Amino acid sequence: MKILTLNFLTCARKACKATNAAFPLHPRDAELEIVETDLNPLFIRNILPRIEWDALREICVELGLPTLPDAAPEPAALFAEPIVPADTMQDADEGAEKQPTQLLQDLHRLLLETTIATGKLVCGNCGHEYAVKEGIANFLLPSHLV
Amino acid sequence: MPEYLVRLVQVHESFRKAELEALAELAGIEMEFISYSEDSPFCIISLPSSDAAARLITRSILSQGIYELWGHGPTYAALHTSLRGLSPEKWSPHRTSSFRFTLDSFQGSLSPAAQRAIIESFSYLPLDGPIRMKSPTLDLCVFEAYELHAASPRSVYLGALVAGSGRAAKTTFDLKKRHYISTTSMDAELALVTANLALAAPGRLFYDPFMGTGGFPVAAAHFGAVGLGSDIDGRSIRGKGGRDVRGNFRQYGLEGLYLDGFISDLTNSPVRGCMGENGGERERGAWLDGIVCDPPYGVREGLKVLGLKEGRGEGRKDLTPNIREPGYIPPKRPYSFTALLDDILHFASLTLVENGRLAMWMPTANDEDIELAIPTHPCLKVVSVCVQPFNKWSRRLLTYRRLPDSEVDRSQLIPKREHGAGIHADELNDFRRK
Ligand SMILES: [Zn+2]
Repeated sequence: MKILTLNFLTCARKACKATNAAFPLHPRDAELEIVETDLNPLFIRNILPRIEWDALREICVELGLPTLPDAAPEPAALFAEPIVPADTMQDADEGAEKQPTQLLQDLHRLLLETTIATGKLVCGNCGHEYAVKEGIANFLLPSHLV
Repeated sequence: MPEYLVRLVQVHESFRKAELEALAELAGIEMEFISYSEDSPFCIISLPSSDAAARLITRSILSQGIYELWGHGPTYAALHTSLRGLSPEKWSPHRTSSFRFTLDSFQGSLSPAAQRAIIESFSYLPLDGPIRMKSPTLDLCVFEAYELHAASPRSVYLGALVAGSGRAAKTTFDLKKRHYISTTSMDAELALVTANLALAAPGRLFYDPFMGTGGFPVAAAHFGAVGLGSDIDGRSIRGKGGRDVRGNFRQYGLEGLYLDGFISDLTNSPVRGCMGENGGERERGAWLDGIVCDPPYGVREGLKVLGLKEGRGEGRKDLTPNIREPGYIPPKRPYSFTALLDDILHFASLTLVENGRLAMWMPTANDEDIELAIPTHPCLKVVSVCVQPFNKWSRRLLTYRRLPDSEVDRSQLIPKREHGAGIHADELNDFRRK
C-alpha cells in the first residue's frame, strides 16, 4: 500500500470515523519497500491540495522517513516555472510540460514509490489492527466491531 | 460552425451520443448535434474546427472516425447539388494531393459496378493528384444509409476524413487476451465507454469500490487516470498464480497508473470522508475525480454484506470474503440492491470533487420485470442514462456529475437512512411499479 493511499483511509468502524483519533491510521511493524514508478507530475499537482498534510507529516515521522515541511507546498513549487491553476484540461496539459522540481520528485518518491509491503495499520481510537499483506490492506471488520 | 460526420458503430446505440457529449466536455469543445438517429451510424455535428474534431474523436470507442462534411442530401442528385455549392476552401488545398474514394453503405448491398459508378459520379471534383488506396492525403468517403431492404438510400453524404477514433483499444483490452478476468468482468468495450463517460483523464484519480479483477480501473488508466480499487473479496485483488489486478495493469504497460487495491466493504468503508458530517465524520474535503463501478446485484435474494442479522442463513458463497484471513469468519446480513445504490450515491456525494463523475451500472428491472427507479441524490445530477438490452433483461449505465456545493439544494439534504438492520431484503426493495 502506497503512502498516498494511507492518506485517504481511516478506521472502518463507524463509531471511530466520528473521532479525530481514527485518522491517520498508524503503521506498526511496517516493512517498507520502494517500488519505482513513472513520474506523474500532473497527478501529483492535482492530488496535492487533497492531501491531509498534517497526517502525512505524522506518518513520515512514525515511519522514520525524511521530515516534511510544516505546511503543504503550493502547487507552483512543483514546477520550475510558475503555472496556472488546473481548472481546465488545456491548463493541465500545459502544466505537464513544465520542468519538475526536486520537491515534486521527492513527493513522488514518498507518495507513490514508498509502499508498506507488510505490517499493520492501527486505529488511534479503538486500537483495532488492520493487516497489510503483499501490499494489500484488509479493512473487513470482525462481527463484534460492525 | 462547420459540420462534421461522425461514423458511429451500430452497436450500443444509446451510449453513442452520451460518449460524444462526454468527450466534448472533456476536451472543452463546443459541439452541437445537427442530426442523430439511433438507427443510423451517421451522425452530423457542428464543431469549431477540424482540430477540435480530431481532439474530440481520438478517445471515442463507439465511433470509427470523424469526417469533414462536404455535402449531403436525401438523394445522390441532392448530394451533388450540395457539393457544387461547397466552398472552394475545402477542396482547393487538395488540388494536387493524393486521394481516394471509398464507399460506406449502411444496410445497402451494391454490386462492385454500381459502387464504381457512384464513385465516378464525383469525377467533376477538381482533384488532379494521384489516386492512392493506402494512406492518401485526402481520404474521401461516400456514406449512404438505407432503410432495411430499400432499393435506394434515404440519405447520402460525402466526407473527408479528419481523424480516426480510439476504437482500437477495444481490441487491445479484449478480455479474451487479458491474463486475469472473472465471470463478472465487464467487456472491454463497455468498460472503456464507462471510463469515457466518467471523464477519466491524465492527472485524475478514479476509484472502483467493487473492483473485482480491476477492469474499470484499467480502462480509466488507459485514458491516463490513476486507478484505485477495493473489493470485499481479497482473493479477487490478490489473484492466483501470478495473475492479479496489478498484473492486468502491467500487461498493458499501465502499472504506473495503479495506485492500490484494498479489501473493504462499502457499508463499513475505511475511505476518508465517506460518512460525511451527518455521519459524525469531520469534513476533510473530497478527493476523487471519478467513481466507476458495476455493483454486485442479486435482487430477489437480497445482497449480503458483512454484519450480523440474527435468525437468517448465510449469504451467497461467491461473496464470502477471505476465509483464508486469520481471526474470523465474517457473518452476513441481507442488503437490498436499492439500499446499496443509495449507499453508493451517498458515498459519491461526499468523496467526489466538484464536477467529478460517478458512472454506475445497474439492472433496468428486477427479475419480476418491475422497473427499478433511477436513484437520485441532491448533490448528484444525472448526466446520461444509457441502456444495454439483452434477450431477457437489460441494464443501464447511469452517469452523474457532482454538483458544486453552491448549486446543491440544501433543503433536500437529509441524513442518510440506515439500511438493513433486522429487515428482510424484500421489504427494502422499493421498486417503482410500471
Ligand atoms: Zn477504530
